[in-house]
Amino acid sequence: MAESTVPRIRTSRTLPTPRARLRYRIVVSTLVVLAVGFTFGLLAWDNPMPVGSDGFWRIAELRATNVVVMAVVAICQAIATVSFQTVTNNRIITPSIMGFEALYVAVQTSAVYFLGVAGVLAVKGLPQFVLQIALMVGFAMLLYGWLLSGRYGNLQVMLLIGIVVGGGLASVSTFMQRLLTPSEFDVLAARLFGNVSNADAAYLPVAIPLCLVAATLLVLGSRRLNIVALGRDACTGLGLNHRRETMRVLFLVSVLMAVSTALVGPMTFLGFLVATLAYQFADTYDHRYVFPVAALTCFVVLSGAYFVMRNVFYANGVVSIIIEFVGGLVFLFVILRKGRL
Amino acid sequence: MTALVGPNGAGKSTLLTMVGRLLGLDAGTIEVAGYDVTRTPSKDLAKIVSVLRQENHFITRLTVRQLVAFGRFPHSKGRLTVADEEVISRAIDFLDLTELEDRYLDQLSGGQRQRAYVAMVLCQETEYVLLDEPLNNLDMRHSVQMMKHLRRAAAELDRTIVIVLHDINFAGHYADHICAVKDGAVVEFGTPAEIMTDDVLTRVFDTPVTVVDGPNGPLAVYY
Amino acid sequence: MNGTGAPGWPDVTTATPPPSRTRHKGRLFDWRLLVGVAVVGALLALSLATGVYDIRGADDGGEMFAITRIPRTVALVLAGAAMAMSGLVMQLLTQNRFVEPTTTGTTEWAGLGLLTVMILLPGASIGTRMAGAILAAFVGTMVFFLFLRRVTLRSSLIVPIVGIMLGAVVSSVSTFVALRTDMLQNLGVWFAGSFTSVLRGQYEPLWIVAVVAVAVFVVADRFTVAGLGEEISTNVGLNHNRVVLLGTTLIAVATGVVTVVVGNLPFLGLIVPNIVSMFRGDDLRGNLPWVCLLGIGIVTVCDLVGRTIVMPFEVPVSLILGVVGAVVFILLLLRQRRRG
Repeated sequence: MAESTVPRIRTSRTLPTPRARLRYRIVVSTLVVLAVGFTFGLLAWDNPMPVGSDGFWRIAELRATNVVVMAVVAICQAIATVSFQTVTNNRIITPSIMGFEALYVAVQTSAVYFLGVAGVLAVKGLPQFVLQIALMVGFAMLLYGWLLSGRYGNLQVMLLIGIVVGGGLASVSTFMQRLLTPSEFDVLAARLFGNVSNADAAYLPVAIPLCLVAATLLVLGSRRLNIVALGRDACTGLGLNHRRETMRVLFLVSVLMAVSTALVGPMTFLGFLVATLAYQFADTYDHRYVFPVAALTCFVVLSGAYFVMRNVFYANGVVSIIIEFVGGLVFLFVILRKGRL
Repeated sequence: MTALVGPNGAGKSTLLTMVGRLLGLDAGTIEVAGYDVTRTPSKDLAKIVSVLRQENHFITRLTVRQLVAFGRFPHSKGRLTVADEEVISRAIDFLDLTELEDRYLDQLSGGQRQRAYVAMVLCQETEYVLLDEPLNNLDMRHSVQMMKHLRRAAAELDRTIVIVLHDINFAGHYADHICAVKDGAVVEFGTPAEIMTDDVLTRVFDTPVTVVDGPNGPLAVYY
Repeated sequence: MNGTGAPGWPDVTTATPPPSRTRHKGRLFDWRLLVGVAVVGALLALSLATGVYDIRGADDGGEMFAITRIPRTVALVLAGAAMAMSGLVMQLLTQNRFVEPTTTGTTEWAGLGLLTVMILLPGASIGTRMAGAILAAFVGTMVFFLFLRRVTLRSSLIVPIVGIMLGAVVSSVSTFVALRTDMLQNLGVWFAGSFTSVLRGQYEPLWIVAVVAVAVFVVADRFTVAGLGEEISTNVGLNHNRVVLLGTTLIAVATGVVTVVVGNLPFLGLIVPNIVSMFRGDDLRGNLPWVCLLGIGIVTVCDLVGRTIVMPFEVPVSLILGVVGAVVFILLLLRQRRRG
């Protein structure tokens, strides 16, 4: 039939043409080069010892914790946001508004409110870290379990309720914050903004495995995520249980978000920014290809921002705020573009 | 090919989506080819019956061929074999989408996109194919084309197609059987010749219908 | 989806027809409304009588009454009515039940405007601060309406989600600015809606919002028509853009003034019109006085609770409203969910 008149190979591969494959390879290589470059820069720049000497490695080791934290946060935020946007069929929301951050802020604030400055120390430590993660995942599962199961299960209602509950928590936190003394508030304020140096190396033995397991499960389910993206009806028609798949993905997303938030604090628009960029960079629907690009992009954005801020502007503390700001601007740009949701 | 017809809100689409297990049942059971749709695992059912509703989900950067390839998911779980690729090619050619197969979905017209989705469910290679108003938003030419494609699929590919139609004349001309639904119950079932009569249609649609002899068979006139 | 003002006629024609808005002139002031007025009046009297200071016993009781209690109660009336009306206007213009200044970012924009004025002109008069807040609220609301027009939405629930995200973007900018200028803790105090500091000589600008309430009474029907979309408005001879602009201005003025004088009153504009239409149906004209009354009533109750719950201290109204509003919002969502 038509095969004879069309002299090319007919294939349904994700990147059907050589050009698309080349483009994807260039994108990934560029991101890898940037990631390696920034990692090296963060470790070696301003290192007073000559490269390769014992002293060099000692200093580099100290800085390496930060880089590892960035990698964990990058994987968490990128994979979680892309998966979340797929199951909610919506490319402008991020999982971070689902109450994770409000819960984190509420925990931190009430610690300081009830225990004073010592409260900040009280919520530090591995057991507390694990507890916070458990709290966030528990809260998310409660919400999903309640709102997605049953006959009237509706994803958007669940999203809105998550946001509104988060808003309620936030207004309680705000109230407690205004009763703090200015010095207590200063101590608290440092914890309320996402910052890589918030993380304690002691958390990593828990954070890394959690992050890797959840992210791996999501990446392995890429093919099923591709089907979920077709929508509920088409997904069911193709024999995939849409609700079960959604619950599974949302659970893993909540683990990733909880790890990231408990580790470094709120990063509201990082995930959004990175996912939006990754869709452009990867230029495909296929999650097997989107996920690596997203995680790499996220790492490049984080490490690049820290590198530039530290070594060019000497302003280490504002990095996350700058990322948030840029993410917010991209958000405005995206919603004002014509399209459908 | 069986057409489901009936007035608005009669339950045609509900019936179809229940058979296609997109909607849970309130009571009773539905069997397709001897399988109970609520008991049979969804992934097994996906090899027996395929169902298509009006989709308004947009996936960006998805080509026609990649969409059609999703139809192989129940068989391949996403890992396409050479045989799968052949089935995909056949489905695409069958619906005259060969020239468009590398286009992205958002570059297509509504009619072309509709055809791509139909190609996807045909690609699923199920004995039964359920389609919910596939002629919606299609003009005369595209509607006729779509019905001819479906007719051929029923004849050449040996599929059983159940289709919800709004236009009784399309049903009368292309379907083998017509099933009239009203107020949530099947009120008439028969060949077009049996259904396309003044009193049956008038009763089903609650509006005066006269059936006249057209050049290609009976035509219902209702205005 | 209800027609959200987006271009494209199919969605307007498939939307449910607008509820009949028959005028019941005779019913406008029926006995139930009188009962409502009486209840709210009693609440306001209670508000006048509640406080730590003993106005009857002390020598300067009468004066304190005039300086604090009367302004506070008037402020409750004005702010409650204005925010409830703004919510109604937004819901009419967008034909979406879940839209109000807190779920569209308008409040956050007003806050950003206020903050900008405070930083650029530290000694700015209250008039200048209000101008900044109103201007920012106007810009923000326009951004949101622009978004609604450009995007074809599949579900009415996406609208508040995007709006809240937009609000989060704006408030993160505010937080950043406040952090850099060491005003972060003050920010919380300014934006938390509270009637504690409403005194004679400070609350008078709030009278501006009375104008908003009156204007809504006059032009409410036009907002309904404008909410059905540009084509339908033009078809019935209404200048769509002008009505939207007017509505945005009214919302911006109400939100801006209330934010500067009182602070945020979250969810008020959302829950009041919804509750009213739940027990009265969608008769717009008949509902207007009810929206006003219920707005006043809810704010007054929340303020009374805030004043008495930890006497002699006060819990800000916005905290109570935030929690109560969130609960009511969730109940409304669950109701909607059941109906599909």
